[in-house]
Amino acid sequence: MWKWLHPYAKPERSYQLATTLLPWFAISSIFCLSIGVVWGLAFAPVDYQQGESYRIIFIHVPAATLSLSTYMAMATAALVGMVWQLKLADAAAAAIAPIGAVLTAVALVTGAAWGKPMWGTWWIWDARLTTQLILLFIYLGIIALHSSFEDKVLAGRAAGILTLVGVINIPIIKYSVEWWNTLHQGATISKLDKPSMDSAMLIPLLINILGFALMIGALTLIRFRNEVIARNAMRPWVKELVALENK
Amino acid sequence: MHFDSLSEFFAMGGYAFYVWLSYGVTFTLLIGLTVISIRQRRNLINEIRSKQLREQKLKEYRKGKE
Amino acid sequence: MNQSLSYWQTFLIVLKRDLQVAVRNKGDIFNPLIFFVIVITLFPLGIGSDSAILTRIAPGIIWVAALLSALLSLERLFKNDYLDGSLEQMLLSPQPLFIMVFAKVFAHWLLTGIPIIVVAPLLALLLHMEQSAYGAMLATLALGTPILSLIGGIGVALTVGIKKGGVLLSLLILPMYIPVLIFATSAIEAAALGMPFSGHLAIIGALLAGSLTLTPFAIGAALRVSTN
Repeated sequence: MWKWLHPYAKPERSYQLATTLLPWFAISSIFCLSIGVVWGLAFAPVDYQQGESYRIIFIHVPAATLSLSTYMAMATAALVGMVWQLKLADAAAAAIAPIGAVLTAVALVTGAAWGKPMWGTWWIWDARLTTQLILLFIYLGIIALHSSFEDKVLAGRAAGILTLVGVINIPIIKYSVEWWNTLHQGATISKLDKPSMDSAMLIPLLINILGFALMIGALTLIRFRNEVIARNAMRPWVKELVALENK
Repeated sequence: MHFDSLSEFFAMGGYAFYVWLSYGVTFTLLIGLTVISIRQRRNLINEIRSKQLREQKLKEYRKGKE
Repeated sequence: MNQSLSYWQTFLIVLKRDLQVAVRNKGDIFNPLIFFVIVITLFPLGIGSDSAILTRIAPGIIWVAALLSALLSLERLFKNDYLDGSLEQMLLSPQPLFIMVFAKVFAHWLLTGIPIIVVAPLLALLLHMEQSAYGAMLATLALGTPILSLIGGIGVALTVGIKKGGVLLSLLILPMYIPVLIFATSAIEAAALGMPFSGHLAIIGALLAGSLTLTPFAIGAALRVSTN
């Protein structure tokens, strides 16, 4: 049943697959993002409560929701790498980590920029923002662990263990922070709670979420190809590839 | 179009700073990551190439010695 | 060497060895403890001696200081064994790694967790903690410090082969400590207000049970990567 998948365990085949897929992901993500952003910024109706500042959600919400999904994708890759000793899966996990960190940072910055006009302050110890901040720390820890090993294979395995520890811990952190937040602040913030959205606002948001997801895919493919090359530098097929590449 | 004029669009109903700050930071970060990722590939390939050249030279040197 | 050891014997041998090593280098036990005390005395100096404020923030300070001092002492969990090669011996031995890792972490807790629990009431006194909160503080420390040793063990096992692993260790481990910190401090705060805190303790206990069963495997896997 899974036989068709086996050739892709070879670095060369999966490199080629990534190369074929990359333009599709790149073009469709640019397409979706430009439609979504222009629609969200210029055509979507104004929110009667928050005014024009609500237009930040067209990037905040995709970044925030996908930062957690990206972690899950990375953890899946790490698990596959650990269970089946598949080095390519570790390469994929290594490729994803910086993307997740950037998404989390985007979610934090946009959240703060939205919070300033809404709450009157840049930062508030809101459960969601705090969880994002901790998620950013975990991403940074994984990246730091990756970069502190000379050997890429070892780095991948070590970071894989940390990623899986994080997967168990992140839900606990999320719920503990939410619980802590309700304990210490009460229900003072309800503005961020999802209101029932008008479809004129929802559609550009969904398009943007799709665009972000495709962009994450494209970035992952770019970085995955780099990781594969770096790990197989001495293989003949990489040598051929290098010879073909013009200076 | 929701806005009546271009200047109104840039003013964002008084929230221009926050809206454009978020969009600006987001696109800077994302494009930065893309550029870094693409450059990484070029650096890697150059590295591998110079390594190959070094090995080739070493081989030729050894051959000449024999 | 044909005679195999039972799990319990393995556990005791490793535990005894670690305790003996620690008794010989007493600094390993006392330095984190002194650090704990000094960090806590810094807070009144930085914030001011207003006893109302100190009472309010005492649980948080004690727990943050406990986290930091646990972090400081963690490195010696595997570092010396790694440097002198006995860690590799341990990995090669036929005994299950789970048991030996467990014994080492337990020894670490005995040497760093217990002293903190003993000293904590004294420091709570300095911070004017509410009378009613002492029991909760001791209970959370007793249940929480083993979690710190267990989760910290994963970080040490991952970074033991890296030259400058110390800062990296704190980067990896501190975010993972957050749930313990949150539940422990709110248990103490609840007790200070005279409210029941058994629910908080139950959650910390659940965290402890979870980390007791899962972390030794993670530590074992990480050690295998590090020693490679």
